[in-house]
Amino acid sequence: MSEVTTPSEYKTLARGGLWENNPALVQLLGLCPLLAVTGTVTNALGLGLATLLVLMGSNITVSLVRNWVPNEIRIPVFVIVIATFVTFVELMMHAFTYGLFTALGIFIPLIVTNCAIIGRAEAYASKNPWHKAGFDGLVMGSGFALVLILLGAMREIIGQGTLFDGAELLLGNWAAGLRIELIQFDYPMLLAVLPPGAFIGMGMMIAVKNIIDRQQREKAAKAPIEKAQRVRVTAQ
Amino acid sequence: MSFYIASSPHSHFNRTTQNIMQLVLFAMVPGVIAQLYFFGWGVLFQLTLAISVALLAEAAVMLLRDRPIKPALNDYSAVVTAALLAVSIPPLAPWWLIVVGTLFAILVVKHVFGGIGQNIFNPAMAAYVMLLISFPVQMTSWMPPALPGYTAPNFIDSLWLFLTTFTTDGYSLEQARLVELSGSLDAMVMATPLDYIKTELGQGYTLQETLQSDLFSIFAGAGWQWVNFAYLAGGLILLQQRVITWHIPTALLGTIGLGAIIGTIVAPDTLPGFNIHVLSGGAMLAAFFIATDPVSAATSNKGKIIYAALIGALIYIIRTWGGYPDAVAFAVLLANLCVPVIDQYTRPRVYGHGGAR
Repeated sequence: MSEVTTPSEYKTLARGGLWENNPALVQLLGLCPLLAVTGTVTNALGLGLATLLVLMGSNITVSLVRNWVPNEIRIPVFVIVIATFVTFVELMMHAFTYGLFTALGIFIPLIVTNCAIIGRAEAYASKNPWHKAGFDGLVMGSGFALVLILLGAMREIIGQGTLFDGAELLLGNWAAGLRIELIQFDYPMLLAVLPPGAFIGMGMMIAVKNIIDRQQREKAAKAPIEKAQRVRVTAQ
Repeated sequence: MSFYIASSPHSHFNRTTQNIMQLVLFAMVPGVIAQLYFFGWGVLFQLTLAISVALLAEAAVMLLRDRPIKPALNDYSAVVTAALLAVSIPPLAPWWLIVVGTLFAILVVKHVFGGIGQNIFNPAMAAYVMLLISFPVQMTSWMPPALPGYTAPNFIDSLWLFLTTFTTDGYSLEQARLVELSGSLDAMVMATPLDYIKTELGQGYTLQETLQSDLFSIFAGAGWQWVNFAYLAGGLILLQQRVITWHIPTALLGTIGLGAIIGTIVAPDTLPGFNIHVLSGGAMLAAFFIATDPVSAATSNKGKIIYAALIGALIYIIRTWGGYPDAVAFAVLLANLCVPVIDQYTRPRVYGHGGAR
Protein backbone atom coordinates (compact mmCIF):
# COMPACT_ATOMS: atom_id res chain seq x y z
CA MET A 1 0.00 0.00 0.00
CA SER A 2 1.72 3.08 -1.19
CA GLU A 3 -0.76 5.44 0.32
CA VAL A 4 -0.43 6.33 3.94
CA THR A 5 -3.66 6.33 5.86
CA THR A 6 -3.91 7.58 9.35
CA PRO A 7 -6.10 5.60 11.74
CA SER A 8 -8.09 8.73 12.48
CA GLU A 9 -9.42 8.67 8.94
CA TYR A 10 -10.97 5.27 9.56
CA LYS A 11 -12.31 6.59 12.82
CA THR A 12 -14.00 9.48 11.05
CA LEU A 13 -15.48 7.07 8.51
CA ALA A 14 -16.80 4.84 11.28
CA ARG A 15 -18.34 7.72 13.20
CA GLY A 16 -19.95 8.99 10.02
CA GLY A 17 -21.40 5.66 8.95
CA LEU A 18 -22.69 4.58 12.32
CA TRP A 19 -23.91 7.87 13.72
CA GLU A 20 -23.27 11.31 12.23
CA ASN A 21 -24.03 10.42 8.64
CA ASN A 22 -26.08 7.28 9.21
CA PRO A 23 -27.74 6.33 5.91
CA ALA A 24 -31.09 5.60 7.54
CA LEU A 25 -31.31 8.15 10.35
CA VAL A 26 -29.58 11.15 8.80
CA GLN A 27 -29.49 10.71 5.04
CA LEU A 28 -32.92 9.04 5.11
CA LEU A 29 -31.89 6.81 2.21
CA GLY A 30 -33.22 3.36 1.47
CA LEU A 31 -36.40 3.96 3.43
CA CYS A 32 -38.53 1.73 1.23
CA PRO A 33 -36.99 -1.59 2.34
CA LEU A 34 -36.29 -0.12 5.76
CA LEU A 35 -39.95 0.56 6.43
CA ALA A 36 -41.31 -2.44 4.57
CA VAL A 37 -39.43 -5.38 6.03
CA THR A 38 -38.81 -4.39 9.64
CA GLY A 39 -41.84 -6.23 10.97
CA THR A 40 -39.58 -8.68 12.82
CA VAL A 41 -35.93 -8.73 13.88
CA THR A 42 -35.24 -11.72 11.64
CA ASN A 43 -36.43 -9.98 8.50
CA ALA A 44 -34.55 -6.84 9.46
CA LEU A 45 -31.37 -8.79 10.14
CA GLY A 46 -31.69 -10.64 6.83
CA LEU A 47 -32.13 -7.51 4.78
CA GLY A 48 -29.53 -5.64 6.81
CA LEU A 49 -26.89 -8.31 6.17
CA ALA A 50 -27.80 -8.49 2.47
CA THR A 51 -27.46 -4.71 2.12
CA LEU A 52 -24.19 -4.76 4.04
CA LEU A 53 -22.72 -7.39 1.72
CA VAL A 54 -23.87 -5.59 -1.42
CA LEU A 55 -22.60 -2.25 -0.16
CA MET A 56 -19.15 -3.60 0.70
CA GLY A 57 -18.84 -5.52 -2.56
CA SER A 58 -20.00 -2.67 -4.73
CA ASN A 59 -17.86 -0.10 -2.92
CA ILE A 60 -14.70 -2.18 -3.35
CA THR A 61 -15.43 -2.98 -7.00
CA VAL A 62 -16.37 0.57 -7.91
CA SER A 63 -13.23 1.79 -6.23
CA LEU A 64 -11.06 -0.70 -8.12
CA VAL A 65 -12.44 0.21 -11.53
CA ARG A 66 -12.77 3.93 -10.84
CA ASN A 67 -9.78 4.90 -12.97
CA TRP A 68 -11.00 3.03 -16.06
CA VAL A 69 -14.61 4.22 -16.04
CA PRO A 70 -15.28 7.31 -18.14
CA ASN A 71 -17.04 9.96 -16.11
CA GLU A 72 -19.98 10.17 -18.52
CA ILE A 73 -21.12 6.59 -18.07
CA ARG A 74 -20.17 6.04 -14.46
CA ILE A 75 -23.75 5.76 -13.16
CA PRO A 76 -24.73 2.85 -15.48
CA VAL A 77 -21.49 1.12 -14.59
CA PHE A 78 -22.17 1.53 -10.87
CA VAL A 79 -25.68 0.19 -11.32
CA ILE A 80 -24.40 -2.87 -13.17
CA VAL A 81 -21.84 -3.50 -10.45
CA ILE A 82 -24.48 -3.17 -7.74
CA ALA A 83 -26.94 -5.33 -9.64
CA THR A 84 -24.29 -8.03 -9.96
CA PHE A 85 -23.79 -8.15 -6.23
CA VAL A 86 -27.52 -8.07 -5.58
CA THR A 87 -28.03 -11.01 -7.92
CA PHE A 88 -25.25 -12.82 -6.12
CA VAL A 89 -26.80 -12.20 -2.71
CA GLU A 90 -30.24 -13.08 -4.00
CA LEU A 91 -29.07 -16.42 -5.38
CA MET A 92 -27.23 -17.18 -2.15
CA MET A 93 -30.34 -16.45 -0.10
CA HIS A 94 -32.43 -18.51 -2.46
CA ALA A 95 -30.04 -21.41 -1.93
CA PHE A 96 -29.38 -21.24 1.80
CA THR A 97 -32.15 -19.29 3.51
CA TYR A 98 -35.16 -20.06 1.36
CA GLY A 99 -37.73 -19.21 4.05
CA LEU A 100 -36.29 -15.76 4.52
CA PHE A 101 -35.98 -15.36 0.77
CA THR A 102 -39.73 -15.82 0.39
CA ALA A 103 -40.44 -13.61 3.41
CA LEU A 104 -38.42 -10.69 2.05
CA GLY A 105 -39.72 -11.23 -1.48
CA ILE A 106 -39.37 -8.28 -3.83
CA PHE A 107 -37.24 -6.31 -1.38
CA ILE A 108 -34.10 -8.35 -2.11
CA PRO A 109 -33.93 -7.43 -5.83
CA LEU A 110 -34.97 -3.91 -4.83
CA ILE A 111 -31.65 -3.48 -3.01
CA VAL A 112 -30.36 -2.44 -6.45
CA THR A 113 -32.35 0.76 -6.21
CA ASN A 114 -31.35 1.46 -2.61
CA CYS A 115 -30.05 5.01 -2.80
CA ALA A 116 -27.72 4.46 0.14
CA ILE A 117 -25.66 2.08 -2.02
CA ILE A 118 -25.39 4.10 -5.21
CA GLY A 119 -24.96 7.20 -3.07
CA ARG A 120 -21.85 5.76 -1.42
CA ALA A 121 -20.52 4.53 -4.76
CA GLU A 122 -20.85 7.98 -6.25
CA ALA A 123 -19.86 10.05 -3.23
CA TYR A 124 -17.07 8.01 -1.75
CA ALA A 125 -15.98 4.82 -3.51
CA SER A 126 -15.44 6.46 -6.90
CA LYS A 127 -12.91 8.84 -5.36
CA ASN A 128 -11.03 6.72 -2.84
CA PRO A 129 -8.79 3.62 -2.82
CA TRP A 130 -10.38 0.21 -2.41
CA HIS A 131 -9.49 -0.45 1.22
CA LYS A 132 -11.02 2.79 2.39
CA ALA A 133 -14.06 2.28 0.18
CA GLY A 134 -14.46 -1.22 1.58
CA PHE A 135 -14.30 0.07 5.14
CA ASP A 136 -16.78 2.79 4.27
CA GLY A 137 -19.13 0.15 2.87
CA LEU A 138 -18.72 -1.87 6.06
CA VAL A 139 -19.60 0.98 8.44
CA MET A 140 -22.34 2.45 6.27
CA GLY A 141 -23.89 -0.98 5.83
CA SER A 142 -23.59 -1.65 9.55
CA GLY A 143 -25.22 1.68 10.36
CA PHE A 144 -28.09 0.83 8.04
CA ALA A 145 -28.38 -2.72 9.40
CA LEU A 146 -28.35 -1.53 13.02
CA VAL A 147 -31.23 0.86 12.40
CA LEU A 148 -33.13 -1.93 10.63
CA ILE A 149 -32.57 -4.30 13.55
CA LEU A 150 -33.50 -1.72 16.18
CA LEU A 151 -36.68 -0.78 14.35
CA GLY A 152 -37.47 -4.45 13.76
CA ALA A 153 -37.00 -5.21 17.46
CA MET A 154 -39.24 -2.31 18.48
CA ARG A 155 -42.00 -3.31 16.11
CA GLU A 156 -41.74 -6.99 16.96
CA ILE A 157 -41.93 -6.37 20.71
CA ILE A 158 -44.91 -4.04 20.46
CA GLY A 159 -46.67 -5.95 17.70
CA GLN A 160 -46.09 -9.55 18.84
CA GLY A 161 -44.37 -9.44 22.20
CA THR A 162 -41.52 -11.59 20.89
CA LEU A 163 -37.94 -11.25 19.70
CA PHE A 164 -36.16 -13.32 17.02
CA ASP A 165 -39.39 -14.95 15.93
CA GLY A 166 -38.54 -17.10 12.91
CA ALA A 167 -34.79 -16.75 13.36
CA GLU A 168 -34.40 -20.30 12.04
CA LEU A 169 -35.32 -19.00 8.59
CA LEU A 170 -32.08 -17.04 8.53
CA LEU A 171 -29.68 -18.95 10.75
CA GLY A 172 -30.72 -22.60 10.45
CA ASN A 173 -32.67 -24.89 12.71
CA TRP A 174 -30.58 -24.36 15.82
CA ALA A 175 -31.78 -20.76 15.92
CA ALA A 176 -35.37 -21.76 16.64
CA GLY A 177 -34.33 -21.65 20.30
CA LEU A 178 -33.45 -17.98 20.03
CA ARG A 179 -37.09 -16.99 20.00
CA ILE A 180 -37.84 -15.03 23.16
CA GLU A 181 -41.36 -14.44 24.33
CA LEU A 182 -41.12 -11.15 26.19
CA ILE A 183 -44.74 -10.25 26.74
CA GLN A 184 -47.83 -12.37 26.29
CA PHE A 185 -50.38 -10.15 24.59
CA ASP A 186 -53.98 -11.18 24.46
CA TYR A 187 -54.43 -8.61 21.76
CA PRO A 188 -51.23 -7.59 20.01
CA MET A 189 -51.06 -4.04 18.78
CA LEU A 190 -51.43 -4.55 15.07
CA LEU A 191 -50.49 -0.97 14.28
CA ALA A 192 -46.85 -1.65 15.11
CA VAL A 193 -46.58 -4.44 12.54
CA LEU A 194 -48.50 -2.50 9.89
CA PRO A 195 -46.79 0.14 7.71
CA PRO A 196 -47.90 3.15 9.84
CA GLY A 197 -46.06 1.61 12.79
CA ALA A 198 -42.86 1.65 10.74
CA PHE A 199 -43.23 5.35 9.98
CA ILE A 200 -44.07 6.28 13.57
CA GLY A 201 -41.22 4.13 14.92
CA MET A 202 -38.76 5.62 12.45
CA GLY A 203 -39.85 9.15 13.39
CA MET A 204 -39.35 8.34 17.07
CA MET A 205 -35.86 6.96 16.40
CA ILE A 206 -34.84 10.09 14.51
CA ALA A 207 -36.24 12.20 17.33
CA VAL A 208 -34.25 10.26 19.93
CA LYS A 209 -31.08 10.64 17.85
CA ASN A 210 -31.63 14.39 17.62
CA ILE A 211 -32.19 14.63 21.38
CA ILE A 212 -28.91 12.80 22.04
CA ASP A 213 -27.09 15.03 19.55
CA ARG A 214 -28.49 18.16 21.11
CA GLN A 215 -27.57 17.08 24.63
CA GLN A 216 -24.04 16.36 23.48
CA ARG A 217 -23.78 19.75 21.84
CA GLU A 218 -25.03 21.42 25.00
CA LYS A 219 -22.51 19.49 27.04
CA ALA A 220 -19.76 20.54 24.68
CA ALA A 221 -20.89 24.14 24.81
CA LYS A 222 -20.97 24.13 28.57
CA ALA A 223 -17.43 22.83 28.84
CA PRO A 224 -15.33 25.61 30.39
CA ILE A 225 -13.62 27.67 27.76
CA GLU A 226 -10.08 28.69 28.51
CA LYS A 227 -9.81 32.15 29.85
CA ALA A 228 -10.06 34.50 26.91
CA GLN A 229 -6.91 36.33 26.15
CA ARG A 230 -7.01 39.95 25.35
CA VAL A 231 -5.47 40.80 22.06
CA ARG A 232 -4.50 44.26 21.22
CA VAL A 233 -5.86 45.18 17.83
CA THR A 234 -5.05 48.83 17.71
CA ALA A 235 -1.63 50.19 17.17
CA GLN A 236 0.08 51.50 20.18
CA MET B 1 -55.96 63.32 26.48
CA SER B 2 -54.17 60.60 24.63
CA PHE B 3 -55.46 58.46 21.83
CA TYR B 4 -54.99 54.76 22.16
CA ILE B 5 -53.99 53.43 18.78
CA ALA B 6 -54.07 49.72 18.07
CA SER B 7 -53.80 47.75 14.88
CA SER B 8 -56.70 45.76 13.50
CA PRO B 9 -58.82 43.79 14.24
CA HIS B 10 -60.78 46.41 16.12
CA SER B 11 -63.81 44.40 17.04
CA HIS B 12 -63.20 41.58 19.42
CA PHE B 13 -65.21 38.61 20.41
CA ASN B 14 -64.03 38.11 23.94
CA ARG B 15 -64.05 34.40 24.03
CA THR B 16 -61.12 32.34 25.17
CA THR B 17 -60.21 28.81 24.19
CA GLN B 18 -61.36 27.83 27.64
CA ASN B 19 -64.84 29.32 27.07
CA ILE B 20 -65.20 27.60 23.72
CA MET B 21 -64.09 24.22 24.97
CA GLN B 22 -66.37 24.46 28.00
CA LEU B 23 -69.28 25.25 25.71
CA VAL B 24 -68.41 22.27 23.49
CA LEU B 25 -68.36 20.01 26.54
CA PHE B 26 -71.64 21.46 27.73
CA ALA B 27 -73.19 20.89 24.31
CA MET B 28 -72.09 17.25 24.40
CA VAL B 29 -74.12 16.61 27.55
CA PRO B 30 -77.43 15.71 25.84
CA GLY B 31 -75.67 13.22 23.57
CA VAL B 32 -73.79 11.68 26.47
CA ILE B 33 -77.00 11.34 28.47
CA ALA B 34 -78.67 9.62 25.53
CA GLN B 35 -75.71 7.27 25.21
CA LEU B 36 -75.84 6.55 28.94
CA TYR B 37 -79.51 5.71 28.65
CA PHE B 38 -79.16 3.41 25.68
CA PHE B 39 -75.72 1.87 26.16
CA GLY B 40 -75.40 1.73 29.93
CA TRP B 41 -72.80 2.85 32.42
CA GLY B 42 -69.83 2.01 30.22
CA VAL B 43 -69.95 5.44 28.61
CA LEU B 44 -69.38 7.06 32.00
CA PHE B 45 -66.36 4.88 32.79
CA GLN B 46 -64.84 5.55 29.39
CA LEU B 47 -65.31 9.31 29.84
CA THR B 48 -63.83 9.35 33.34
CA LEU B 49 -60.77 7.35 32.46
CA ALA B 50 -60.20 9.15 29.15
CA ILE B 51 -60.36 12.59 30.71
CA SER B 52 -58.06 11.64 33.61
CA VAL B 53 -55.49 10.08 31.29
CA ALA B 54 -55.66 13.03 28.90
CA LEU B 55 -55.04 15.55 31.68
CA LEU B 56 -52.16 13.51 33.08
CA ALA B 57 -50.60 13.13 29.64
CA GLU B 58 -51.03 16.81 28.88
CA ALA B 59 -49.39 17.79 32.19
CA ALA B 60 -46.52 15.36 31.60
CA VAL B 61 -45.85 16.75 28.13
CA MET B 62 -45.95 20.32 29.36
CA LEU B 63 -43.46 19.38 32.05
CA LEU B 64 -41.20 17.80 29.42
CA ARG B 65 -41.44 20.82 27.17
CA ASP B 66 -40.80 23.31 29.97
CA ARG B 67 -44.10 25.02 29.37
CA PRO B 68 -46.56 26.27 31.98
CA ILE B 69 -48.78 23.37 33.01
CA LYS B 70 -51.78 25.12 34.46
CA PRO B 71 -52.99 27.06 31.37
CA ALA B 72 -52.67 23.91 29.28
CA LEU B 73 -54.93 21.98 31.64
CA ASN B 74 -57.31 24.89 32.08
CA ASP B 75 -58.08 25.36 28.41
CA TYR B 76 -60.06 22.09 28.38
CA SER B 77 -58.86 21.15 24.91
CA ALA B 78 -57.42 17.87 26.17
CA VAL B 79 -60.71 17.18 27.92
CA VAL B 80 -62.67 17.73 24.70
CA THR B 81 -60.32 15.43 22.78
CA ALA B 82 -60.70 12.74 25.44
CA ALA B 83 -64.48 13.13 25.56
CA LEU B 84 -64.85 12.88 21.79
CA LEU B 85 -62.76 9.71 21.74
CA ALA B 86 -64.60 8.24 24.73
CA VAL B 87 -68.04 8.63 23.18
CA SER B 88 -66.84 7.18 19.87
CA ILE B 89 -65.60 3.83 21.13
CA PRO B 90 -67.77 0.92 22.28
CA PRO B 91 -68.92 1.63 25.86
CA LEU B 92 -67.91 -1.74 27.27
CA ALA B 93 -64.50 -1.90 25.64
CA PRO B 94 -61.73 -2.85 28.10
CA TRP B 95 -60.06 -0.02 30.01
CA TRP B 96 -56.65 -0.26 28.35
CA LEU B 97 -58.18 0.50 24.97
CA ILE B 98 -59.21 4.02 25.92
CA VAL B 99 -55.92 4.56 27.78
CA VAL B 100 -53.86 3.63 24.70
CA GLY B 101 -56.11 5.73 22.49
CA THR B 102 -56.02 8.83 24.68
CA LEU B 103 -52.25 8.64 25.12
CA PHE B 104 -51.84 8.36 21.36
CA ALA B 105 -54.15 11.32 20.78
CA ILE B 106 -52.43 13.63 23.24
CA LEU B 107 -48.81 12.54 22.94
CA VAL B 108 -48.44 11.66 19.29
CA VAL B 109 -51.18 13.43 17.37
CA LYS B 110 -51.32 16.63 19.39
CA HIS B 111 -47.94 17.30 20.98
CA VAL B 112 -45.55 15.74 18.49
CA PHE B 113 -46.96 18.21 15.98
CA GLY B 114 -46.50 21.10 18.39
CA GLY B 115 -49.37 21.12 20.85
CA ILE B 116 -52.63 23.03 20.84
CA GLY B 117 -53.32 24.84 17.59
CA GLN B 118 -50.59 23.04 15.68
CA ASN B 119 -52.01 19.58 15.11
CA ILE B 120 -52.88 18.96 11.47
CA PHE B 121 -55.04 15.98 12.36
CA ASN B 122 -57.98 15.83 14.68
CA PRO B 123 -56.46 14.04 17.70
CA ALA B 124 -59.59 12.15 18.71
CA MET B 125 -60.19 10.82 15.21
CA ALA B 126 -56.56 9.90 14.59
CA ALA B 127 -56.60 7.96 17.85
CA TYR B 128 -59.87 6.31 16.83
CA VAL B 129 -58.35 5.16 13.55
CA MET B 130 -55.25 3.92 15.36
CA LEU B 131 -57.42 1.87 17.72
CA LEU B 132 -59.64 0.58 14.93
CA ILE B 133 -56.63 -0.62 12.94
CA SER B 134 -54.82 -2.09 15.94
CA PHE B 135 -57.69 -3.67 17.84
CA PRO B 136 -60.50 -4.34 15.36
CA VAL B 137 -62.32 -6.85 17.59
CA GLN B 138 -62.63 -4.59 20.63
CA MET B 139 -63.45 -1.56 18.52
CA THR B 140 -66.42 -3.20 16.83
CA SER B 141 -67.94 -4.92 19.89
CA TRP B 142 -70.92 -2.66 20.40
CA MET B 143 -73.64 -3.94 22.69
CA PRO B 144 -77.09 -3.44 21.23
CA PRO B 145 -78.88 -0.42 22.72
CA ALA B 146 -81.12 -0.99 25.73
CA LEU B 147 -84.58 -1.71 24.44
CA PRO B 148 -87.75 -3.14 25.96
CA GLY B 149 -87.11 -6.77 26.82
CA TYR B 150 -83.44 -6.31 27.31
CA THR B 151 -81.55 -4.32 29.89
CA ALA B 152 -78.03 -3.02 29.63
CA PRO B 153 -75.58 -4.59 32.11
CA ASN B 154 -75.97 -2.99 35.53
CA PHE B 155 -73.44 -0.67 37.12
CA ILE B 156 -71.34 -3.36 38.80
CA ASP B 157 -71.31 -5.65 35.78
CA SER B 158 -70.41 -2.77 33.49
CA LEU B 159 -67.57 -1.76 35.77
CA TRP B 160 -66.30 -5.32 35.89
CA LEU B 161 -66.55 -5.69 32.12
CA PHE B 162 -64.67 -2.43 31.74
CA LEU B 163 -61.90 -3.37 34.17
CA THR B 164 -61.51 -7.11 33.64
CA THR B 165 -63.50 -7.85 30.45
CA PHE B 166 -65.65 -10.23 32.54
CA THR B 167 -68.88 -9.68 34.47
CA THR B 168 -69.12 -10.52 38.16
CA ASP B 169 -70.58 -13.89 37.12
CA GLY B 170 -67.52 -14.56 35.02
CA TYR B 171 -69.14 -14.02 31.65
CA SER B 172 -67.17 -12.39 28.89
CA LEU B 173 -68.78 -9.67 26.82
CA GLU B 174 -70.00 -12.11 24.18
CA GLN B 175 -71.35 -14.57 26.74
CA ALA B 176 -73.07 -11.81 28.67
CA ARG B 177 -74.69 -10.67 25.49
CA LEU B 178 -75.92 -14.17 24.64
CA VAL B 179 -77.31 -14.69 28.15
CA GLU B 180 -78.96 -11.30 28.35
CA LEU B 181 -80.31 -11.39 24.88
CA SER B 182 -81.58 -14.94 24.51
CA GLY B 183 -84.98 -14.61 22.98
CA SER B 184 -85.32 -10.88 22.94
CA LEU B 185 -83.11 -9.87 20.07
CA ASP B 186 -81.40 -11.44 17.16
CA ALA B 187 -78.53 -13.20 18.97
CA MET B 188 -76.21 -12.53 16.09
CA VAL B 189 -76.47 -8.82 16.59
CA MET B 190 -73.38 -7.34 18.12
CA ALA B 191 -72.98 -4.54 15.74
CA THR B 192 -73.96 -1.02 15.01
CA PRO B 193 -76.94 -0.60 12.69
CA LEU B 194 -74.66 0.41 9.83
CA ASP B 195 -72.52 -2.66 10.41
CA TYR B 196 -75.62 -4.84 10.43
CA ILE B 197 -76.91 -3.35 7.18
CA LYS B 198 -73.56 -3.95 5.52
CA THR B 199 -73.41 -7.60 6.60
CA GLU B 200 -77.00 -8.38 5.67
CA LEU B 201 -76.79 -6.68 2.28
CA GLY B 202 -73.59 -8.60 1.70
CA GLN B 203 -75.52 -11.82 2.25
CA GLY B 204 -78.03 -10.87 -0.43
CA TYR B 205 -80.92 -9.56 1.66
CA THR B 206 -82.67 -6.47 0.45
CA LEU B 207 -82.63 -3.27 2.44
CA GLN B 208 -86.31 -3.64 3.32
CA GLU B 209 -85.72 -7.12 4.77
CA THR B 210 -82.76 -5.83 6.74
CA LEU B 211 -84.73 -2.98 8.25
CA GLN B 212 -87.24 -5.48 9.71
CA SER B 213 -84.71 -6.32 12.43
CA ASP B 214 -85.25 -5.20 16.02
CA LEU B 215 -82.17 -3.05 15.58
CA PHE B 216 -84.25 -0.51 13.70
CA SER B 217 -87.23 1.50 14.84
CA ILE B 218 -89.07 4.63 13.77
CA PHE B 219 -86.47 6.57 11.81
CA ALA B 220 -83.28 4.59 11.81
CA GLY B 221 -81.22 2.44 14.19
CA ALA B 222 -83.08 1.93 17.46
CA GLY B 223 -81.43 3.92 20.22
CA TRP B 224 -78.89 5.35 17.82
CA GLN B 225 -81.46 7.70 16.32
CA TRP B 226 -82.07 9.33 19.72
CA VAL B 227 -78.36 9.60 20.39
CA ASN B 228 -78.01 11.35 17.05
CA PHE B 229 -80.95 13.65 17.78
CA ALA B 230 -79.35 14.50 21.11
CA TYR B 231 -76.08 15.43 19.43
CA LEU B 232 -78.09 17.47 16.92
CA ALA B 233 -79.62 19.36 19.84
CA GLY B 234 -76.18 19.94 21.34
CA GLY B 235 -74.93 21.09 17.97
CA LEU B 236 -77.77 23.60 17.70
CA ILE B 237 -76.72 25.01 21.09
CA LEU B 238 -73.21 25.48 19.70
CA LEU B 239 -74.63 27.20 16.62
CA GLN B 240 -76.82 29.45 18.73
CA GLN B 241 -73.83 30.34 20.94
CA ARG B 242 -71.85 31.07 17.77
CA VAL B 243 -69.11 28.64 18.76
CA ILE B 244 -69.42 27.11 15.30
CA THR B 245 -70.87 28.46 12.07
CA TRP B 246 -73.53 26.77 9.98
CA HIS B 247 -71.16 26.04 7.10
CA ILE B 248 -69.57 22.80 8.23
CA PRO B 249 -72.63 20.96 9.61
CA THR B 250 -74.82 21.97 6.70
CA ALA B 251 -72.32 21.07 4.02
CA LEU B 252 -71.42 17.77 5.70
CA LEU B 253 -74.95 16.55 6.30
CA GLY B 254 -76.05 17.99 2.95
CA THR B 255 -73.47 16.01 1.03
CA ILE B 256 -74.30 12.78 2.85
CA GLY B 257 -77.97 13.52 2.20
CA LEU B 258 -77.36 14.19 -1.48
CA GLY B 259 -75.49 10.91 -1.81
CA ALA B 260 -78.21 9.05 0.07
CA ILE B 261 -81.00 10.54 -2.04
CA ILE B 262 -79.25 9.68 -5.30
CA GLY B 263 -78.61 6.20 -3.88
CA THR B 264 -82.23 5.72 -2.96
CA ILE B 265 -83.36 6.75 -6.42
CA VAL B 266 -80.83 4.58 -8.24
CA ALA B 267 -80.91 1.46 -6.08
CA PRO B 268 -83.63 1.55 -3.41
CA ASP B 269 -83.07 -2.11 -2.51
CA THR B 270 -79.40 -1.94 -1.69
CA LEU B 271 -78.48 1.62 -0.74
CA PRO B 272 -79.73 2.92 2.62
CA GLY B 273 -81.67 6.16 2.60
CA PHE B 274 -81.10 9.59 4.07
CA ASN B 275 -82.53 8.80 7.52
CA ILE B 276 -80.32 5.73 7.97
CA HIS B 277 -77.19 7.56 6.90
CA VAL B 278 -77.71 10.61 9.04
CA LEU B 279 -79.19 9.02 12.16
CA SER B 280 -77.59 5.58 12.51
CA GLY B 281 -73.92 6.26 12.81
CA GLY B 282 -71.63 9.03 13.87
CA ALA B 283 -72.88 11.58 11.35
CA MET B 284 -74.32 14.11 13.84
CA LEU B 285 -71.34 13.90 16.17
CA ALA B 286 -69.08 14.39 13.16
CA ALA B 287 -71.05 17.28 11.70
CA PHE B 288 -71.30 19.38 14.84
CA PHE B 289 -68.45 18.31 17.11
CA ILE B 290 -65.66 16.65 15.17
CA ALA B 291 -65.46 18.34 11.77
CA THR B 292 -65.88 21.73 13.42
CA ASP B 293 -62.62 21.44 15.34
CA PRO B 294 -61.17 24.92 14.67
CA VAL B 295 -57.59 23.71 14.49
CA SER B 296 -57.77 20.95 11.92
CA ALA B 297 -60.65 22.37 9.83
CA ALA B 298 -60.41 24.84 6.97
CA THR B 299 -60.44 28.53 7.88
CA SER B 300 -62.54 30.64 5.54
CA ASN B 301 -66.26 30.09 5.14
CA LYS B 302 -65.90 28.94 1.55
CA GLY B 303 -63.08 26.65 2.64
CA LYS B 304 -65.23 25.24 5.42
CA ILE B 305 -67.94 24.33 2.95
CA ILE B 306 -65.49 22.55 0.64
CA TYR B 307 -63.85 20.81 3.60
CA ALA B 308 -67.13 19.61 5.08
CA ALA B 309 -68.53 18.56 1.71
CA LEU B 310 -65.39 16.51 1.20
CA ILE B 311 -65.93 14.80 4.55
CA GLY B 312 -69.57 14.14 3.72
CA ALA B 313 -68.72 12.70 0.32
CA LEU B 314 -65.97 10.51 1.77
CA ILE B 315 -68.28 9.25 4.52
CA TYR B 316 -70.90 8.29 1.95
CA ILE B 317 -68.37 6.69 -0.41
CA ILE B 318 -66.59 4.66 2.28
CA ARG B 319 -69.84 3.56 3.90
CA THR B 320 -71.26 2.46 0.57
CA TRP B 321 -68.29 0.93 -1.24
CA GLY B 322 -65.58 0.71 1.38
CA GLY B 323 -64.68 -2.04 3.81
CA TYR B 324 -65.80 -0.23 6.96
CA PRO B 325 -69.43 0.28 7.99
CA ASP B 326 -68.87 3.78 9.35
CA ALA B 327 -66.28 6.15 8.05
CA VAL B 328 -66.35 9.37 10.01
CA ALA B 329 -62.82 9.04 11.36
CA PHE B 330 -61.25 8.12 8.03
CA ALA B 331 -63.14 10.84 6.21
CA VAL B 332 -62.13 13.49 8.74
CA LEU B 333 -58.46 12.50 8.59
CA LEU B 334 -58.40 12.49 4.79
CA ALA B 335 -60.07 15.90 4.73
CA ASN B 336 -57.62 17.20 7.37
CA LEU B 337 -54.87 16.34 4.90
CA CYS B 338 -56.52 18.50 2.25
CA VAL B 339 -56.96 21.53 4.50
CA PRO B 340 -53.70 23.32 3.53
CA VAL B 341 -54.66 23.14 -0.15
CA ILE B 342 -58.22 24.21 0.54
CA ASP B 343 -56.99 27.16 2.60
CA GLN B 344 -54.56 28.11 -0.16
CA TYR B 345 -57.29 28.38 -2.78
CA THR B 346 -60.06 29.88 -0.67
CA ARG B 347 -58.26 32.89 0.72
CA PRO B 348 -60.71 35.75 0.97
CA ARG B 349 -59.90 38.83 -1.12
CA VAL B 350 -58.08 41.47 0.85
CA TYR B 351 -60.15 44.64 1.05
CA GLY B 352 -58.96 47.09 -1.57
CA HIS B 353 -57.00 44.51 -3.53
CA GLY B 354 -58.05 42.41 -6.49
CA GLY B 355 -60.77 43.32 -8.93
CA ALA B 356 -64.43 43.37 -8.03
CA ARG B 357 -66.53 41.52 -10.51
